[in-house]
Amino acid sequence: MARPKLAVWKFASCDGCQLSLLDCEDELLAVAEAIDIAYFPEATSHVDPGPYDLSLVEGSITTPHDAERIREIRALSTTLITIGACATSGGIQALRNFRDHAEMMAAVYARPDYIDTLATSTAIAHHIPVDFELRGCPIDKRQLLEVVSAYLHGRKPNVRAHSTCIECKMRGTVCVMVAKGQPCLGPVTHAGCGALCPTFTRGCYGCFGPSDAPQTRPLGERLIALGTTRAEVRRLFSTFNAAAEPFLEEAKRHDD
Amino acid sequence: MTTRTIEVAVLARVEGEGALTLVLDGATVVDAKLKLFEPPRLFEALMRGRACTEAPDITARICGICPVAYEMSSCHAVEDALGVSVGGALRELRRLLYCGEWIESHVLHMVMLHAPDFLGFPDAMTLAKHHPERVRGSLRIKKAGNAIVATLGGREIHPVNVKVGGFYRAPRRAELAALLPDLRAARAEAEETLAWLATFEFPTFERDYELVSLRHPTEYPMNEGRLVSTKGLDIDVHDFGAHIHEHQVAHSTALQAQIVGRGSYQSGPLARFVQNADRLSPGAAAAAARVGLDPSCRNPFRMLLVRGVETIYALDEAIRIIEAYAPPAESCVPLVMRAGTGHAVTEAPRGILYHRYVLDEAGIVQDAQIAPPTSQNQRGIEEDLLAMGPMLASLSLEAATRRAEHAIRNYDPCISCSTHFLTLRFEQLGTP
Repeated sequence: MARPKLAVWKFASCDGCQLSLLDCEDELLAVAEAIDIAYFPEATSHVDPGPYDLSLVEGSITTPHDAERIREIRALSTTLITIGACATSGGIQALRNFRDHAEMMAAVYARPDYIDTLATSTAIAHHIPVDFELRGCPIDKRQLLEVVSAYLHGRKPNVRAHSTCIECKMRGTVCVMVAKGQPCLGPVTHAGCGALCPTFTRGCYGCFGPSDAPQTRPLGERLIALGTTRAEVRRLFSTFNAAAEPFLEEAKRHDD
Repeated sequence: MTTRTIEVAVLARVEGEGALTLVLDGATVVDAKLKLFEPPRLFEALMRGRACTEAPDITARICGICPVAYEMSSCHAVEDALGVSVGGALRELRRLLYCGEWIESHVLHMVMLHAPDFLGFPDAMTLAKHHPERVRGSLRIKKAGNAIVATLGGREIHPVNVKVGGFYRAPRRAELAALLPDLRAARAEAEETLAWLATFEFPTFERDYELVSLRHPTEYPMNEGRLVSTKGLDIDVHDFGAHIHEHQVAHSTALQAQIVGRGSYQSGPLARFVQNADRLSPGAAAAAARVGLDPSCRNPFRMLLVRGVETIYALDEAIRIIEAYAPPAESCVPLVMRAGTGHAVTEAPRGILYHRYVLDEAGIVQDAQIAPPTSQNQRGIEEDLLAMGPMLASLSLEAATRRAEHAIRNYDPCISCSTHFLTLRFEQLGTP
């Protein structure tokens, strides 16, 4: 039987999520045996024109050209999975969606007219149907291996959508918000990182985006009660998943 | 008239995406444009209005390959603005974190991205079929580097433990000591890897570069030092803007940098080594000598070996720091917000990374400037290609294209960093 063909695609992003695959030092060569890496420019000059059994897509849509390119990739792919906060919510660069685009371009470039870019940064699912979204900024490489393995075996990935708060309790970490009064987005943030920040005595900063049914409003009220300023709460919800609806709404509630 | 045109849809084995146009007339390259057209992500604009304490987490997202570099430059620049300095064990921990990133980034580039060029393979997976022990060994080195970043930073990519003023939590001695066996094993593997890399054939090519790096009174430079060059630049990093200007070109979403009054320059492993070989550990210096590297080296293809030497250095340094580590009393120095401007340059794996922030009295960022290494190196890479005419003219179209790509990869260009899709276009204009 032919090995399944894998393609890895990049849109506006930092490359970190696809790098997660190369960071699987113990599994990389086994993965390369089990699947045909048909298109993965960060790792290989070899180009197979497709079609592909599985496409992993990193990055958000920020240019007219990319909005077209993602449709072509969808047409070439049996299964398409988006990886990371940029692909699943628009990423940190989605902060542009809420600001004056011309002014931002002028802040960076002397000749904004040389640059062809959209005023918004949007998730891949905003443009095409997506089979599965893997969250995180960056994604967790163990979850990536689980998702790739699941799709290649025709089963559902074992990726839980509950909150980081639950992961933290399971790990037995002392709650940084209860014990130290630190602002923490763990109660409303999607699990997957293993509740990393609290193990470093730091509140969660929401890099995996909203969990299933996130109660952002009571959390926002609690943060204010702890003495967090409205501007701080707004910024806390406006980072790597700023355009994810529940985070966007909560940030707007604290707009002055 | 014979015109040879090569088009490669995507320049592979680089981080991020871009394109190259090369026009060759006989043995003369008449035009070389390295096009970095990765979509702009506008970090400098979106830093405006953010708290300065958010700079490490936000700017880390510029690059998934060297997030530590962004975290380090942003921390130092903000601390400069706030008038804070971080010393003792905290400073050593920062250096340890940087060692981890140098190791994983250098090994990724040397073995997985660049070695295939020297041996004519498409990728490291194919390389692994021919040299399984070398690839497995290098993956173990890379893993040891990543383990430093993950232990101290929480995870390999976008570590969470770095903050302005230090760390959220300083590691216990035992946590770091647990890294030592794998680091010592990696140190031995790094020697073997370098010896293997030195057996490769290196194209004969040199250019009279202005090489720019940090220079520190006692250390091989990572986080601090004066900015010096092989052509007389010797400045405090606060004066970066007075001496180095960034400008926009129509074919790139990255800004190109030049030294005022002189032109392009190169930063990165070669520049660091040439100017700081006397600051290497004895083991790394001996390794450099064994593969015939000395500070007179101006062949960018040999930068592969310099990365190997720096990998050995970073392993020596990491082992030294861990062996001497005593946890600091506090994980972070206290911060008091104030208005001001702060600057910093640190040595990312690919070269110097400059950050500048203007803060208001509440510590909110009013203005930010970030000059990543690849945008600084971009013009010099184009000049390498311009100078490669005689070498390219004697090669078949296919071989010349491969050589041009190989030359670009000498610099381990990180196009995501410089904000940017690489299509290689190569045109040769023959005579009638």
